[in-house]
Amino acid sequence: MAATFNFELVSPERVLFSGAVDAVILPASEGEMTVLAGHAPTMTTLKTGFLMITDTPGNGKRVLVRGGFADINQNGLTVLAERALPAEELTQEILDKEILHAQMVYDATNDPIAKHAAYAAVVQLEDAKVALNY
Amino acid sequence: MPSLKDLRNRIASVKATQKITKAMQMVAAAKLRRAQSAAEAARPYAERMAVVLGNIASGVTIGPETPRLLAGTGADRVHLLIVCTAERGLCGAFNSSIARLARDQANRLMAEGKTVKMICVGKKGYDVLRRQFSEQIIEVIDLRSVRQLGFEQGDMIAQKVLALFEQGEFDVATLFYSRFRSVIAQIPTAQQIIPAQIEAEAAAIDAVYDYEPDEGEILATLLPRNLTIQIFRALLENAASEQGARMSAMDNATRNAGEMIKKQTMTYNRSRQAMITKELIEIISGAEAL
Repeated sequence: MAATFNFELVSPERVLFSGAVDAVILPASEGEMTVLAGHAPTMTTLKTGFLMITDTPGNGKRVLVRGGFADINQNGLTVLAERALPAEELTQEILDKEILHAQMVYDATNDPIAKHAAYAAVVQLEDAKVALNY
Repeated sequence: MPSLKDLRNRIASVKATQKITKAMQMVAAAKLRRAQSAAEAARPYAERMAVVLGNIASGVTIGPETPRLLAGTGADRVHLLIVCTAERGLCGAFNSSIARLARDQANRLMAEGKTVKMICVGKKGYDVLRRQFSEQIIEVIDLRSVRQLGFEQGDMIAQKVLALFEQGEFDVATLFYSRFRSVIAQIPTAQQIIPAQIEAEAAAIDAVYDYEPDEGEILATLLPRNLTIQIFRALLENAASEQGARMSAMDNATRNAGEMIKKQTMTYNRSRQAMITKELIEIISGAEAL
């Protein structure tokens, strides 16, 4: 049995997850990263993508997050997501709305870095939509 | 002395009013439950945000590169007051107590020779404040069409505030709203949001953090997000407070109406009795005279 750590996933509207977990894979803005127990204190921003929670070995949960922060310290991991949707609540319409939002962000910005991030978000969401159909 | 018919009419109208206030109280109670759970659900996020922000800010020394949202513009000349009130009245002193707090602050700042600008969120605050501060109010944000307060509304207001800040329109921003303590206690609160206030106890953890991307960049995205969340939270707290205030105001009104009905019914019965007695006396004295 691997060591567990405390994980909290909070969105402005509610607390989505709170408890001990084995591992969490974060869609960090510099690339995906896996957090295990005893991770060095780190603070990172998140991009749009799926966050994978492994609460017991072989048992995972996926949550779609859009923007936010992850704070890893000795007390555990806290993710503050601007928007978070558990995979089981995702529907075609919600994803369409998210894609539309990401595209609007893409169209609205002129900053190349922000534009690239928005483009990556659109691609990620469209992938998710395709995956949902299977 | 009002006639019996007048009294009857008066009682009927008070009864109708009582029914309305009673209905409003029950509607407010139902809405309160929803608003309260929304406000409570938003608390963890705002609290975690304060801790995270405290963690970063404690590691950053205020320097020329520090984002201005944290360090301030260095001046203290133009103040922006964001006054959040309700869209509807009939909720006791709720709107006026927030407006009073904002007015006192504005008067004090103006007496000190500072420039005051105001953004009114909600119609009622605007109605109260525009009489005195029609020149200071730069924007009125109407949330009447919004059924369920969401993160988007907080974001919308925050974007406006940020845009103003970026244009150098103000130095210090203060948010006025009512903190929801309980159904009978709502506390009008003034909270400074720009420059950001870092809670001292939040900065307790002194671990060496890895930052990804670097510190400054995280801080630059975290601070506007913090602003949004503070405003969003204020809106939710306000919504819960409004329903709480309306509930107790309407409860009072219902009770007062009940008392009035009791008093009026008493008068009605007395004068009816007096009338009957008078008629009897007339009949009897008429019979005796024969």
